[in-house]
Amino acid sequence: MIRRGLPLLGPACVAGYLLTAVLAPLLIPAGRLDPVRATGPPLTPPSYRFPLGTDSAGRSVLELTLCGSRWSLLIGVTATVLAVGLGAAIALASGHFGGPGGAVLDRVVEWFVILPQLPFAVALGGVLAPGALPVLLAIAVTSWAGVARVVRAAVLAVEAEPYLERVRALGAGHVHQLRHHVLPAVRPVVLATASLTLANAVLTETTLSFLGLGDPTRVSWGSVLHDAAVTGAVTAGAWWCLLPPGLALIVLVLGFEASARLIGSIPDGRVR
Amino acid sequence: MTTPVLSAHDLTVRFGGQQPVDALRDVTLELGAGEILALVGGSGSGKTTLARCLLGLLRPDAGEVRVDGRPLGYGAARLRGHRRQVQLVPQDPAGSLNPRHPVAWAVAEGLNIHRFPRAGLPDRVAAALAEVGLSPPGRFLPARPRELSIGQQQRVALAAALALAPRVLVADEPLSALDPPARADTLALLLRLRAIRALSVLLITHDLAAAWQAADRLAVLHHGTLAESGPVESVLRSPRHPATRALLAAATRPLPRRPQLP
Amino acid sequence: MTAADLRLQDLSVTYRGARGPVPAVRSVTLAIAAGAPVGLAGESGSGKSTIAHAVLRLLPPGTELTGQILLDGEDVVTMGWGRLRAVRWAGAAIVFQGALHALNPIRRVVDQVAEPVLIHSAGTTHRQARDRAAEMLSRVGLPAGTSARYPHQLSGGQRQLALIAMAMVCSPRFVIADEPTSAVDTVTRARVVRLLTATAAEQDIGLLLISHDLTLLTTACTRLAVMYAGRVIEHGPTADLASAPRHPYTAALLAAAPAVGDPAARYRPRGLPGDPPDPTALPPGCAFQPRCPRATAACATTDVELRADGPARRTACLHPGPAT
Repeated sequence: MIRRGLPLLGPACVAGYLLTAVLAPLLIPAGRLDPVRATGPPLTPPSYRFPLGTDSAGRSVLELTLCGSRWSLLIGVTATVLAVGLGAAIALASGHFGGPGGAVLDRVVEWFVILPQLPFAVALGGVLAPGALPVLLAIAVTSWAGVARVVRAAVLAVEAEPYLERVRALGAGHVHQLRHHVLPAVRPVVLATASLTLANAVLTETTLSFLGLGDPTRVSWGSVLHDAAVTGAVTAGAWWCLLPPGLALIVLVLGFEASARLIGSIPDGRVR
Repeated sequence: MTTPVLSAHDLTVRFGGQQPVDALRDVTLELGAGEILALVGGSGSGKTTLARCLLGLLRPDAGEVRVDGRPLGYGAARLRGHRRQVQLVPQDPAGSLNPRHPVAWAVAEGLNIHRFPRAGLPDRVAAALAEVGLSPPGRFLPARPRELSIGQQQRVALAAALALAPRVLVADEPLSALDPPARADTLALLLRLRAIRALSVLLITHDLAAAWQAADRLAVLHHGTLAESGPVESVLRSPRHPATRALLAAATRPLPRRPQLP
Repeated sequence: MTAADLRLQDLSVTYRGARGPVPAVRSVTLAIAAGAPVGLAGESGSGKSTIAHAVLRLLPPGTELTGQILLDGEDVVTMGWGRLRAVRWAGAAIVFQGALHALNPIRRVVDQVAEPVLIHSAGTTHRQARDRAAEMLSRVGLPAGTSARYPHQLSGGQRQLALIAMAMVCSPRFVIADEPTSAVDTVTRARVVRLLTATAAEQDIGLLLISHDLTLLTTACTRLAVMYAGRVIEHGPTADLASAPRHPYTAALLAAAPAVGDPAARYRPRGLPGDPPDPTALPPGCAFQPRCPRATAACATTDVELRADGPARRTACLHPGPAT
């Protein structure tokens, strides 16, 4: 029974994080995270009162980690929706319709695939004011092409199926073909890719916030790590400022990857 | 002679690439109403290309396809009308059905595409299934393709085509995936449909015995050109083109004595 | 050296299916000797391919194999792993269907045909193996340039000939051809069958030809065995069986593929109603009974085995014989 339940660990983990993100502000009033109004002594190791210690401003690291999930997930989800939406749409267009337009789209995708994520984000951060927008744009712009490539391969596989030609011979137009045959067939691929893209998006958001490019008014895992680095908590040996957000991030990413693998392993229901 | 229901005139299709090749060259062929025409030829002879042109799935580089004597229009509306009249039964039964859709959905799909009134759908679907011998319909309606045998999958694809009450059926190698008893069954079904509905059938096959059992006329394609055509008896009893003779020679020899049937 | 001799004694193969055991082959007894090709006919799902794979123990793990497969006296079923590897291909070889996925698409044809030589003859250099492979390819009638090509550059017929070359390259004692003409066009079909029978005759190889095309088998084999639902239901010399079948299923198979030009078959295709039975849900009694035009009440309750029915003929039927 344990073996049967193991694959579900991924989605369960993700669900747990989502729940935390939703409930956190209800349990922890926003004021507590304000560095000006912090009550605890700065940089104290874990104790009964502060189970994960305090940061340089005296805020509870536990509360910071719990609330930080909110912003990280929000940015991650938004960026993923944008990236997957754009990527899947372009993949469908180029894979299903093909032709010269499809070839042009393919070249565009190839160009965006090689765009390096972090340098692009840093450049955007320099042009726009640091905050949510450059992070969102950077992640979406550099992720959509990877999604498009994978989904396009799946679309091409469906297009080659004999039943699609039979359906065309029946008189089906593009809308019917896409809606009833192509989209249902590529849905698992899109979901699996979306899960992986989400993992990458959260990681990137954390990295960018750590580098100081995120929204300075928001608490996220990256910002906790950023504070720890900037205020000298690291050199003072305050490991409790680094470990919780880092671990939380790792576990969430693993959860997404496990979910992607689970989605990918669901059989297609076809026997040849 | 009455106007053929579907015909090809001087059809030429060229496939490009590094070495352009003529898939079809000046092919002229006529299919009359209520007639079963067998189209035979070796692999690479252009049979499937010709079928796709007749179905409107491929536009020829030269020549034209005519329906009831009028040239086929390639606009969206004209093609939709054409699809209701001329239907396809594809070669690979397993691949021709979407594995996620139950039989009821697959058979009703054509009716949905052409916006038949929803109220009449269940009756039409049941009638189509009954016509191809899949009874009782209730047993097959919710089934997925993987639960059916190859012969049954073939019949579902046929039912999906018949649901639209077409005048012409283009059957692209419908027998090659089937065992000999199932082949004979399918041929018997086509003959029955011809008798009941005056359905015209373009039977594409490389099996001359199938043509002998079910077809009225025979056309032989060889490397994209029409080698020979005419009534089945005359073409097979006195073949004139070397390609026809080669196909005939390759068909296995007759048995010493007719087997006694139970 | 004694003549090649392959005997299947009471062979049964049961797969481990998702919903329980699947008896694909049930108590089959068959003998193949060099110089007399045997044809095995039947619909898909009758167990023919399973027998081909069973001879070299190429069945999926978990498959239950009972009975004996005597390859020149050695039982393949109980053979040790090392001996089995030596026997595979050098003792008996299979010619698979020449579909595109029977060959590795990213390797040249000559390398694939040379591979068994390298495996079975220690000490052969790559060059020697490739030379032997090229020789074999030209022997089966493929033009000189074929060796250097990739499988997708060959036609279906050429691929089938390459697979025959691959099967013969280690000079096996037995060749089992599993549907060797299904992926081949009609003109090449005759050539493939002629090649198999000629090579078997000249090299004294035991040949088992498996196909659902009964008329093809009648042109090439000395003896025929017809399978239905995992059992051999009729067995005898080809000429007798083809002209006067005793089992109603054999008669139906023959009637379903008539000769071109036979007036009795014009506009009269004779098929068989129904479908082959699901091996996991066989009817009680004779497996053919639901589709049999001669079935009686006894057929539904008594399961018949092969029994003698004339000189050198065996039939598994309660009412064998021509139509009354």
